[in-house]
Amino acid sequence: MDAATLSKGIFIAVPLTLLGLKLIPLKAALRLPAAIAAGVVLGIAIVAAMPSGGMSYLVSFTTMASIYAILALGLNTQWGFNGHLNFGIAGFFAIGAFTTALFTTAEPTGVMANYTKQAFGLEAPFLVGVLAGGVVSGIIAFLIAIPVLRLRMDFLAISTIGIAEIIRLIFQNERWLANGPQPLRGIPRPLDCLVQDQGCAPGWLAWLFGPLEARDYTFIYVVIVTLALALIYVALETALRSPWGRTLRAVRDEEASAAMNGKNLTSLRIQSFVVGSVVMGLGGALYAHYTVTIDYSHFKPLFSTFIIWVMLMLGGSGNNKGAMLGAFIIWGVWSGTAFLTGLLEPTLAAIHPSLPDRSSYLRWMLVAILLAGIVLFRPQGLVPEDKVVSRFLGKIANPRRKQHSQV
Amino acid sequence: MTQAGEGVRAAFGPRPGERLKAALQTRSALASVIALFFVLLIAAGLVQDASAGRILSLFVWGVMLGGVIGLGGIGLTLVYGVLKFPNFSHGALATLGAYIAFSTVAYLPKSEPIGPFSFGWELVAGLVIAMPLVGLVAIGVDRVMYRRLRVQRSSLVLFAMASLAMAFFLRSVIYLIWGSDFRFYYQGRANPALDLPLGLRVQADQIFILLLAVVLVTLVYLLLEKTKMGKAMRATANNPELAQVRGINTEKVIAYTWMLSGALAAAGGVMYGLASQLRPEMGFWLLLPMFAAVIMGSIGNPRGALAGAVIIGVAQQVSSAAISPAYGPGVAFVLLVLTLLIRPQGLFGERS
Repeated sequence: MDAATLSKGIFIAVPLTLLGLKLIPLKAALRLPAAIAAGVVLGIAIVAAMPSGGMSYLVSFTTMASIYAILALGLNTQWGFNGHLNFGIAGFFAIGAFTTALFTTAEPTGVMANYTKQAFGLEAPFLVGVLAGGVVSGIIAFLIAIPVLRLRMDFLAISTIGIAEIIRLIFQNERWLANGPQPLRGIPRPLDCLVQDQGCAPGWLAWLFGPLEARDYTFIYVVIVTLALALIYVALETALRSPWGRTLRAVRDEEASAAMNGKNLTSLRIQSFVVGSVVMGLGGALYAHYTVTIDYSHFKPLFSTFIIWVMLMLGGSGNNKGAMLGAFIIWGVWSGTAFLTGLLEPTLAAIHPSLPDRSSYLRWMLVAILLAGIVLFRPQGLVPEDKVVSRFLGKIANPRRKQHSQV
Repeated sequence: MTQAGEGVRAAFGPRPGERLKAALQTRSALASVIALFFVLLIAAGLVQDASAGRILSLFVWGVMLGGVIGLGGIGLTLVYGVLKFPNFSHGALATLGAYIAFSTVAYLPKSEPIGPFSFGWELVAGLVIAMPLVGLVAIGVDRVMYRRLRVQRSSLVLFAMASLAMAFFLRSVIYLIWGSDFRFYYQGRANPALDLPLGLRVQADQIFILLLAVVLVTLVYLLLEKTKMGKAMRATANNPELAQVRGINTEKVIAYTWMLSGALAAAGGVMYGLASQLRPEMGFWLLLPMFAAVIMGSIGNPRGALAGAVIIGVAQQVSSAAISPAYGPGVAFVLLVLTLLIRPQGLFGERS
């Protein structure tokens, strides 16, 4: 086993450990060491067994799927917890991405200023940029929520489509803001220097970062993204099980009784919409630092609204685990069918010579049919929502409830 | 507390705050806010050095664009009224209609342009073929998706989501068959503007679009007001259960509604393609103005949808004197939000 395998294996161990923490059915004290051990062993084994091309594919797949999982969690906060029909995810996604881009890049000077125009460039650290992405997205969501959230659900759906479209049009047409229709390049990659030749890694970690080359940066970013996903998941899961989350579900299911119990419906609705949009903004920011170059065309309805709905509906709306599961499955289906359309190309060419060029649209069709099928046959998704979300109730009231049912 | 409040209200009338709110939510309040919006748009245009003649031309073009939005909007409002859900695939139906007409034009031999127009009889044939075909597609989608959801008594949210899925499904079909390039019905054919009095410059095609919209809207109006099926549609929109109890075959009514809605969407799509060019996303761009028109004109009200469409079409065109024409959907959106804020039931709706 060479040094690079060990080093990459340790990076892969982090997402695996996080997964293990969720899956291993042991007591809390034993779970952490067990998860770390299993993660490290599995991580090194996977890196050793996979060819390096397959490995980098797997890493970039996990990164993108985790970013989508964050977006799906944000949507779940709006739709799953509180019933907002937000068809404009793309807008908040774009705001998060462009905000962090403007915060973390430097304002172009000299000759570059002729090619790239942006409103400002603060050269702020990565974390500041990402948090700013979330905050700005939340502020915009709050401004939108005030007029729109008092209304019926179908009006909200129509308005959010419009909002996403307008946000995209602004980023497309306003050159001064974020380089207009041209892409905004050079968004810094956090901790990039760790994998450079003259790296900034401290000496005692040289064994870990030394063997990595510049193109192995994705191994670091997958750790950052999965940690962010885990943090957001834990935060949202805590929120869902808190009195706040339970009130949101009450507002969703029994508006009248929630109001009768003195809950401020409008305020709660705005809160969940804003929290969900903050999460979407964070997801957008993480996306921008991953792709390094962004432009308006990344935020079209298919990739940044529709597919996230399919993810959440497949996984199970109202269930955070389902949202993440759905994101990984659908992103897997989407990336997996890329080679499927490749296989179909001869058949398509036999039907019409121009069809193979358009074979990627077969995947659109597949995803659309998938959503139609979910809506028709399993609207609750793969992992349905938990009926009882309070941990407290789970321990104390459920046994009693069972006794009642036996009586 | 509420009882006491009722008593106080009976004695002294509504409190000042409520009276103000009630005054703000009237039809005339909404109408004056829209009028104010127009004044602001025109003033902004004049500040940007647009001549009065240009604004007048934009105004006339806006009425034509309103015809296109209105053709789509009428179908949307009928489905919204009868089936009670926002059909997000309506734009895709319009696009499908435009492309079916495109294929017809490509297949038929080219005839000479009719009179001052830029198109020949084959486009008229394309329109005549596209309208019933798209209507049938709409009925087919209803059979496969929405009828099952109706049988399951699914929530409206699932209907909306199913229609979003169908929008992407139809768009993928369009991409597969026709590709993603720009298309024109007649590549490279000149379409000169006519010089009308008052410095107006209008293309003959635009006048055709407006006339077609007026004719089709009149026909829809006659159908709804004078025929038995129209009466049944209005009854179903008003109260589906009651309509069924009174012996109206609601499934048949729904099928007719889809047929009408699809055919009108196709007509709107063909006209939109004639006014600009054909692109697979064109229907999606029309979706926001159409919804704004439908809500402004009160859901389920075809005349209202047409009135709303003209308002929105004119606002979009006139705004291009002041801001980038790319922000047309933004103007429609602002009008939508104003309507939702002031009077969500629209210009022609009853008090909720």
